[in-house]
Amino acid sequence: MHYTFDIERGNFADAGQASSSVKRALKHLGVDPVSIKRTVVALFEAEINAIAHAYGGRIDVDIDDGKIVMVVADQGPGIPNIDLAMQEGWSTASPQVREMGYGAGMGLPNIKKNTDELKIETEVGVGTTVTMTVYLA
Amino acid sequence: MTVKDIIEKLNLECLNEANLDTEVTGAYASDLLSDVMGNARSGQVWITMQTHKNVTAIASLRDLPAVIIVRGGVPDEDMLEHAKDEDVCILVSQEATFQVCGKLYEILK
Repeated sequence: MHYTFDIERGNFADAGQASSSVKRALKHLGVDPVSIKRTVVALFEAEINAIAHAYGGRIDVDIDDGKIVMVVADQGPGIPNIDLAMQEGWSTASPQVREMGYGAGMGLPNIKKNTDELKIETEVGVGTTVTMTVYLA
Repeated sequence: MTVKDIIEKLNLECLNEANLDTEVTGAYASDLLSDVMGNARSGQVWITMQTHKNVTAIASLRDLPAVIIVRGGVPDEDMLEHAKDEDVCILVSQEATFQVCGKLYEILK
């Protein structure tokens, strides 16, 4: 099963729509609650990251018997230092984004904790592609 | 302890009736959205002063039956609309986070 969603820069109002659709699909398929939780946490955080930092992007989700693969690809500024970005508490979010309760530097650590595989490909000035895999029990 | 019981015991204003008979397993207090996303547990009530639409998105995604907005905060219009669509109970307390947490802790512990 394949799902695609567009990400619009700064569109926080629609944040969570992709995660919500995927959650519904997983529930419908009878996927276990822990895997659903891990998937929606990771996908939501990646979606928020792209909305907050990138200039637009796309989410592709593939669900099969054994795993859920989520690819969030953006056209954006890229991440200059991935080690710093992965550090809990590190954030480059704007004051407006922080006012909403984001920008605590917990997004990428949340993704790492809730996925079995995480791959981040990034090029400054070009964009970032985050590939997240959750294996189903 | 159901959502309805908590509304009565804490004298909360209910802006969107949903999950009133749902059993509450605990509570999580935070204004950082990723903190709630990563650490809240399903069945918990979320105590916050955030009042925008992403609050209902997270409550729904993490199966949190109700959100208690503290200090008389007013939720954004689209947050309330979203709460109706997603069946999230929206409650308002005139008290601050500390008082709400203290009272909830007493009745849920």
